[in-house]
Amino acid sequence: MSKKFNEIPMGGNILEPGSAMQYKTGGWRAERPKHTPDDCLWLKNGTCLLCWIFCPDNAVKIAEKDGKRTYAFDYDYCKGCGICANECPNSCIEMESE
Amino acid sequence: MSVKLKDMIQSPQIMSSGHRMCAGCAAPPIIKIMGFALRGPTIICNATGCLEVATTIYPQTAWRIPWIHVAFENVAAVASGIVEGINAMKEKGRYKHEHVDVIAIGGDGGTFDIGFGSLSGALERGHDFVYMVYDNGAYQNTGIQRSGATLPGQETTTSWAGKAEPGKRERKKPIAEIVAAHRIPYVATVDPFHYRDFITKFRKALEVEGPAFIHAFSPCPRGWRSESSKSMELAKLAVETGIHPLYEIINGDEYIMSAPSKNLTELKPVDEYMKLQGQFKHLFSPQWEDFRKQVQEQVTADWERLKKKCGIA
Amino acid sequence: MNVPIPASKWRVSDEMTAATKSSKTTESSSNIEGLTGDAAIARALKQCDIDVLSAYPITPQTIIVEDYQRFFADGEVKTKVIPVESEHSAMSACIGASAAGARVATTSASAGLALMWEVLYCASGLRLPIVLAVANRALSAPINIHNDWSDSYGARDSGFIQMYCQSCQEAYDTTIMSFKIAENHSVLLPAMVCIDGFILSHNVEHVELLPDEVVRDFIGIRDPAQVLDPDKPITIGPICFTDYYFEVKEQQDRAMKEVFRVYKEVESEFEKISGRSYGIYETYRTKDADIVLLTHSSPAGTAKAVVDALRDRGERVGLLRLKLFRPFPAAEIGKELASAKAVAVFEKCLSFGAAANPLALEVRTALYEQPKRPLVTDFVIGLGGRDVPPTVIVEGYNKTKQYLEKGKAPFYETLGVRK
Repeated sequence: MSKKFNEIPMGGNILEPGSAMQYKTGGWRAERPKHTPDDCLWLKNGTCLLCWIFCPDNAVKIAEKDGKRTYAFDYDYCKGCGICANECPNSCIEMESE
Repeated sequence: MSVKLKDMIQSPQIMSSGHRMCAGCAAPPIIKIMGFALRGPTIICNATGCLEVATTIYPQTAWRIPWIHVAFENVAAVASGIVEGINAMKEKGRYKHEHVDVIAIGGDGGTFDIGFGSLSGALERGHDFVYMVYDNGAYQNTGIQRSGATLPGQETTTSWAGKAEPGKRERKKPIAEIVAAHRIPYVATVDPFHYRDFITKFRKALEVEGPAFIHAFSPCPRGWRSESSKSMELAKLAVETGIHPLYEIINGDEYIMSAPSKNLTELKPVDEYMKLQGQFKHLFSPQWEDFRKQVQEQVTADWERLKKKCGIA
Repeated sequence: MNVPIPASKWRVSDEMTAATKSSKTTESSSNIEGLTGDAAIARALKQCDIDVLSAYPITPQTIIVEDYQRFFADGEVKTKVIPVESEHSAMSACIGASAAGARVATTSASAGLALMWEVLYCASGLRLPIVLAVANRALSAPINIHNDWSDSYGARDSGFIQMYCQSCQEAYDTTIMSFKIAENHSVLLPAMVCIDGFILSHNVEHVELLPDEVVRDFIGIRDPAQVLDPDKPITIGPICFTDYYFEVKEQQDRAMKEVFRVYKEVESEFEKISGRSYGIYETYRTKDADIVLLTHSSPAGTAKAVVDALRDRGERVGLLRLKLFRPFPAAEIGKELASAKAVAVFEKCLSFGAAANPLALEVRTALYEQPKRPLVTDFVIGLGGRDVPPTVIVEGYNKTKQYLEKGKAPFYETLGVRK
C-alpha cells in the first residue's frame, strides 16, 4: 500500500483481475450461516444450489470430485446477508449470531 | 440455450468476492447470473453507480473480465465506441479476437434518467451490444434519491413520505417498452430469482444481431429498508404481484409473456410486496389507504395491458 | 505618439500565413489543393486512417464530418463513423474506442465542447489518446456562431494538449502530428487541434497534401499501452479515493510535461517528410524588439503584418506566435521574452472576474521569475467574431507604449468594443 506515483499503473488502471479477493468482507458479518448437510439437495443428488447461485459474495464453496460432493461457507467473504438461509428449500441453513 | 447446473458450476465467475456491495444486494447475483450466459470474450462497460463504485475500489477490482467505467450518463456511448473500434480494427486485420461481446451496465438512474439520451442514441444507431439495467428503484448509490424507476408510494430521500405526501406520486417509466419502441431486435425483463429465465434471455440478447436490452429487477436492502435475506424473495414477489412482470419484446412489437409470469393464475396483491419494505410502510396508515389502492389499480391495469399485448386473454 | 499606417500596408503576404520554413523535400510527390481549414483537417484524418470518428454537428466544425462522411460513402475509408446523438456521447464513444485500442478522433466547437466538458477530463484522466479538432467559436449566451477562444480556453485545465493553428496548411500538418504526439507512450494524452472558426474553418487556402503512404509511414499503426483485452483483463476507470487519486494526477501532470520533448521530436520527423515545421511557438522580428506582441491563431497573421508596418516606421516591435498552449511553454517563453521591455498579449477570451485573461495569466507567470520583468499588457479582442483589424493591434501596441512610459498598465482591457 501507499505506493508512489511511479509505482502504480497508468491512469488508475488495475491490472490484476479479481484482486478484490485481497479484501476480506467477512468482518461485516453479524450473523453466520450454518449448514446442516442432512437434507441438502446438492449433497444428496447434485441439484438445487440456490444458495450458491444467489450468494452475492461467492461465499458458498461447492465442489464435485469423483462423484463426491462437498459444501462449505467461505467465512472470509460471507457478509451474513442470509439469502442462502432464506432461499434453501429444505431449511438446511440457519443464521446464528456471531 | 439450455441452462444446466453442471455447466453453471464449470462456468468461470466473472466477479470475485471481496467487493463492497451491501450485504444482500441483488446486483452481485445479477452479475453472476449474467456471467452464466456469456458465450466468449466479453468487455463490460459500467455506468457510475453502486455496482461500479463498490466493485472497483482502488487498488483492487472484483472484475475478472475487461471492464471500463467512464461516467454516469454515457455508458451506451462508451459501448458504441468499443464495438465500432473493434469492428474497425477487425476489418483492418489487426484485431486478434474473432468476436468480442460488449455489455453495457447501468443502474436505473443511469438508464431511465441521465443516461437515457445516450442509450436511445446507441439503440437507434444499431450497434451490436447488450445493455442491461439493474433497477433498484432509486439513486441508491448517492443515498436513495427518487429516479424515473421509483414506484409510486415509494419513500426516498427526495420523495419523503410526510403529513402531506405519500412518497413519490408519479408512476414508473415503462423502460422496457420505451426501449422496445426503438424497434430493436430484443428486449427482455428478468429478475435474479428466476435465474434460468434470466440466463436464457441474456444469451438470446447476446446472440441477436444489433442492440438488445435487459431490464433486471434488483432488490436493495439498504434503500428499501428490507431484510438483507429477503432480496430474492422480493424479486420473486415483484414478479408475482405484477410490479415487474417477466416478458420479451421481439423487434419492438412482438410481446411474449415469460413462463414465471404466464403461469400465474392471478396476481398477488401489491401489499404483499410492499409489506416487506420500510420504504412503503407509511402507505399502510389510514391516510394513504386510497393512494395504496390507486397503486394497486395501476399495477393491475398495466398487467392487463401487458397480457393483451402478449395475446393472453 | 500614435503611429498612423497607410491602409496599403495591411496586405498579408502568402509567406506570412504559410509555415515558417517551406523548403520542399518532397515536391515531386506533393499535391497542392485549395482547402478550407475544416476540409484540410478532414483530409488529414483520412490519411491518418483513423479507426473511429465519432462526432456531432455544430457550426463551424461541421464540414470536417461532412467531408469525412463523404469519404465513407465513397468507400475511401475503413473508418467506423459514429453519428452520435450528442457531443457528450461523441467524446464518450471516442473514449470507449480508444480504450479498445483504436485510433480515434472527434471534432467540436463552442456549446458542443461545453457539453463534452465532463468527459474531456475522463479522456485525459484515463490516459487515452484522442484527437479533437476544435473550430473555435464563442460560447452562449447570447448565442453566436463566430470565432473566439472561450470554448477551448475554458477547457484549458481538462488535461488535453492544445495546439492552435494559424493556417489551413498548419491545421492539416498539426492534425497528422497530433496522433503521433498523443499516442506516444511518454504522453498518452488526448489532444486538441484548434483553428479559428470561420476565419480558418471556412477560408480556402493553398494546402500542400502529403502522399497517403508518406503519412501512413509517418504515423504508423497505433501501439496502445493498456487496453480492454479479454486475454489480459484489466479494470479501467475504478474509483480512486484519498489514498491514490493524487498519485494518478501526478502521473498525468508529468505526462503533460513530456509533450514539449515529444512535440519537438515528432515535428522534426515531420519536417523531414514535409519540409515544414512550426515550433511550440514562433518568433518574428523579436531579437531587438522593445515590445513583443503575443497571440496565436488568426490574430497572429494580422499581428505579423502590423509588425512589418511598424518596423517600417522604425518601431522596435516583434511577434511571438504561440502554438502550444497546453502544456504552456513557460520556461522557454520566459527566456525568449526576458530582454523585451513590454509584452502585449492579444487574446480572444474574457475570463469573467479574473485578474486577467487566460493567455496573459500564463505569460505573466512565465515572466515573473525574469530579473528584468517586462511589463505585460492584456488586450481582450474579437469576442464573438468581432473583426480584429490591424488598427486594433496597433491600438494595443500604442497603449503598451504609453503604459511603458508610465511604468504601469491595467491588468487587462478590452479593445474593439464600443464603450
